[in-house]
Amino acid sequence: MSSNDCSLQRTALYDLHIEAGAKMVPFAGYDMPVQYPLGIKKEHLHSREKAGLFDVSHMGQVVLKGQRAARALERLVPVDIVDLGEMCQRYALFTNEQGGVMDDLMVTNTGEQLFLVVNAACKEQDIEHLKTHLADQCEIEVLEDRALLALQGPKAGEVFAKLAPESADMVFMTAKNLSINGIDCFVTRSGYTGEDGFEISVANHQAEELAKILLADNDVEWIGLGARDSLRLEAGLCLYGNDLNNEISPVEASLMWALSKPRRADGERPGGYIGADVIMQQMQEGVTRKRVGIKALGKMPVRDGVELVDENDTVVGKVSSGGFGPAFGGPVAMGYVPTEMAQEGVKLDALVRGKKVPVEVVKLPFVKQNYFRG
Amino acid sequence: MSNIKYSAEHEWIQDNGDGTVLIGITDFAQQQLGDLVFVELPEVGDEITKGEEISVIESVKAASDLYAPVDGTVIEVNEALEDEPELINEDAMANWILKVELADTSDLDDLMDEAAYQELTEEE
Repeated sequence: MSSNDCSLQRTALYDLHIEAGAKMVPFAGYDMPVQYPLGIKKEHLHSREKAGLFDVSHMGQVVLKGQRAARALERLVPVDIVDLGEMCQRYALFTNEQGGVMDDLMVTNTGEQLFLVVNAACKEQDIEHLKTHLADQCEIEVLEDRALLALQGPKAGEVFAKLAPESADMVFMTAKNLSINGIDCFVTRSGYTGEDGFEISVANHQAEELAKILLADNDVEWIGLGARDSLRLEAGLCLYGNDLNNEISPVEASLMWALSKPRRADGERPGGYIGADVIMQQMQEGVTRKRVGIKALGKMPVRDGVELVDENDTVVGKVSSGGFGPAFGGPVAMGYVPTEMAQEGVKLDALVRGKKVPVEVVKLPFVKQNYFRG
Repeated sequence: MSNIKYSAEHEWIQDNGDGTVLIGITDFAQQQLGDLVFVELPEVGDEITKGEEISVIESVKAASDLYAPVDGTVIEVNEALEDEPELINEDAMANWILKVELADTSDLDDLMDEAAYQELTEEE
């Protein structure tokens, strides 16, 4: 089944998706697989039990080159890039003047350059942003000819080690250049499902061959964007556009862990990024709202946009992401509530189609994160 | 002649011949919705009006409304769906959602037979 929209771009793996019987939908300008014949629920569970293969080639891959690249990038993110070890990866955020988040991204120091992965829907804006602020500091190259595959799940390590034994000792958030059947791959041990796994950057013309090699393993199945969303939600990870946007700061988003120590007020290189004054003040004085996990006490899913009310029926917050967590076995959601309510066990009601659904503030994630730390 | 008819909203309506009908969703609808996770059942005694929302079916992906294909009164709901909405994915034609006492049996005449419904799904 195809969306038949000619204005949509296709990834290098488009033909394989069609062959696999994927249901294609438009996403961020691409014709992408939302699910395969297995269906979202089974795809989700497969990724939690074995290993799922995701085509995430729609995401932007950008390289920053030059002596000053790390220092330059620190002007745009509240994250330690200068001291990011060789072949190490870090989660980062592009912030704006108001302290909001323009996008979230992954940064890897390959030794020679910085390798960035940005969200598909934000990539044009991000590239423009990088060019505006960093063009005089470093060389910016957008990798248009590369695909990105993610292999995620408890079996990912085993599957990958069979093909590339040198991957076995990689720990979470590190990178390696590996060869699989003669195909050059740039691999990071990371992902966005809460599971152990890898993200593999490969030349477009070899992407199909690599995907077929991975799919030949009995433990590997194609997984679509539908399950990718439910997996990241169960893992308590933010979706840009839902849980993060230009009006939400990293402090409000409960992403304090992503704000590196050396960039904080008492660090070696305090501030110095866009919106630093706002964000540092928030770290000092606190914020009025926070992102929390929200568990619906019934079976009815509480989805994004649903309002949260207190016992006086006053609207106090809103769900930013919500749905059903197949591994959790019930509805899962995240949302923003006043800081004083951002505590485990606080009971609220969600207004779903005019009906009150009792919910409770819970700790994230909904399922145990399963990263490989050696 | 079959006692099962279909609505353009992808419901099947089984005429029990005693002024009552069973209403469910078709296999086509089930496939389009994907894995069901919740069925918001109407309440017994609810009056339903043709074309109006009577229930919400939630899949992993999204919430979809179920519209009344006839006028009448809800006399029974399939409570098994509260715990196992996936029964509909397993066999949509065998798992009814609600039983309705018709206000006017002639409502059934406005519904499609299987051939007409087949044609509709092929167009979609």
